Amino acid sequence: MLQIRWHSRAGQGAVTGAKALADVMARTGKYVQAYSVYGAEKRGAPMTAYDKIDDKPILDHSKWMTPDYVLVIDPSLVFQEEIVDNTTDDTIFIVTSHMDKEDLLSVAKHLQGKKVYVVDAIKISQEEIGRAIPNTPMLGAFMKVSGIIPFEDFLVSIEDILSKFPKKIIEGNLRAIKRAYEEVK
Amino acid sequence: MAERYELKQKEVWDGNMAAAHALRQAQVDVVAAYPITPSTPIVQNYAQFLADGYVDGEFIMVESEHSAMSACVGAAAAGGRVATATSSQGYALMVEVLYQASGMRLPIVMTVVNRALASPLNIHGDHSDLYLGRDAGWIHIIANNPQEAYDLTLCAFRIGEDERVRLPVTTNQDGFLVSHTAQVVEPLQDEEAYKFIGEYKALNPMLDTKNPVTYGAQTEEEWHFEHKANQHKALMESFPVIEEVFNEFEKVSGRKYNVVETYKLDDADIALVLMGSAYETAMLAVDKAREEGIKVGLLMPRVFRPFPYNEVAEKLKNVKAIAALDRSAPMGTTGALYNEVAGALAAKGQSAIMTNYIYGLGGRDTTVEHILEVIRETEKNAKAGKRVTDLQGFINLRGPKLSFN
Repeated sequence: MLQIRWHSRAGQGAVTGAKALADVMARTGKYVQAYSVYGAEKRGAPMTAYDKIDDKPILDHSKWMTPDYVLVIDPSLVFQEEIVDNTTDDTIFIVTSHMDKEDLLSVAKHLQGKKVYVVDAIKISQEEIGRAIPNTPMLGAFMKVSGIIPFEDFLVSIEDILSKFPKKIIEGNLRAIKRAYEEVK
Repeated sequence: MAERYELKQKEVWDGNMAAAHALRQAQVDVVAAYPITPSTPIVQNYAQFLADGYVDGEFIMVESEHSAMSACVGAAAAGGRVATATSSQGYALMVEVLYQASGMRLPIVMTVVNRALASPLNIHGDHSDLYLGRDAGWIHIIANNPQEAYDLTLCAFRIGEDERVRLPVTTNQDGFLVSHTAQVVEPLQDEEAYKFIGEYKALNPMLDTKNPVTYGAQTEEEWHFEHKANQHKALMESFPVIEEVFNEFEKVSGRKYNVVETYKLDDADIALVLMGSAYETAMLAVDKAREEGIKVGLLMPRVFRPFPYNEVAEKLKNVKAIAALDRSAPMGTTGALYNEVAGALAAKGQSAIMTNYIYGLGGRDTTVEHILEVIRETEKNAKAGKRVTDLQGFINLRGPKLSFN
């Protein structure tokens, strides 16, 4: 089973991102679970969202997991040590930051020795979508790093999932996804 | 005429979306609701379906849950198919009217998303509200995942509306763990789902002015007892109808539900009894325990009311030790599920060693590892041939160990 944990602030779209990823993977015949953990707090509070992806139905309804991937879509949460909780040496971190990896690791010491990829999902979403909603660019970065499905297939599915939105929003999201796919490193 | 909703063979829905689609497909005449976390999206999604032309019926936003259930009673007595959704404090505020609905034999369907009761305030899942409604005279059905929340809501209409039953029904799903967890759901197409549920048949509708009837009349010591006994009889005799509906549902969906569900119980020495999403987590614990050589199985009453005590006892007749897990604060005694199972065994003269565990209150995480600990403790009792563990334990509770004997 593939396990993914998102770190986000309420309102940044981690729940939507986790559900979209689950939807994409379900279209390839996988079984999925997407959920989130938050209290009654308002926008801006730190929260986590989760994806589980497997070849058989997912029965485990506990929130606990040892993530294969940790996706951090808020640049300030990169500095919270909670993002390494329950991870292993093999866990891959994809974090959003305007800093390059070397500068980031010199201050975010808990990430030293970890497998870390950096993408500036905030800047990308601001420039391409017009709002700081870093969830879809993070999915683009995740597709590049994980190679879980062919990128073209992902684009077809995500465009369909976004189809309820106006054309301008869909196009912005697709540009953001493609840019993050290219820029993550 | 409501528009047909295009559904894929496999959708990715959380439990709330699944329940909302089931209400939409039932073409309910009146939904009256006052949204509350974590069941808010059921009401929100339903209202969206209505606004988008997928629902013909009425949707009434009211000023409280007491009013929501009151409006449901009025609409159902008038002769319509009626449904609502709620959780926790909203459920608590409805309680007075829940008893009215069942006493008037109105087949209202309520999709409950189970949540803790304050105080302290908590929005997460446990079975406090389900237990609160235990004696309200409703049929209570338990769903463990979004697929089941969808399937069993469809079944709920058909069970409650059957002329041999005519009782209100709740479907229950764990707050957040099911209601906000998106999983793969294979829905029926609209026409197939509606055909399964069938046209609503009004019985003694108040709007039939040529045949005037009274609902909610006063009965004192001369007749109150007979009315209540009759209502109880309807609940007790609803099992064959529930089974019939589950069998019919299997024909259209390929998915089979049972009044009592079991997992690897046939050759088991010990059993865990629990309800809700943790039942599925426990399946994984059973598989692991069996790798350790512990022959353990699971049992879940799919239907909590009426309680299938004969079948529960029958299925547990060969196990030596049983742990009953309650996801609600027992407040002064052993948990309700423990009491039900102990009563069921006693009635048949069975004497498996029984223990009780309280878990998951207010959404506290319950993992495979936690359930494995319970299995190992239950195994100790079976091996010793007597209870050597605490009567009541608490799973994943902070602080010093709490137990009662």
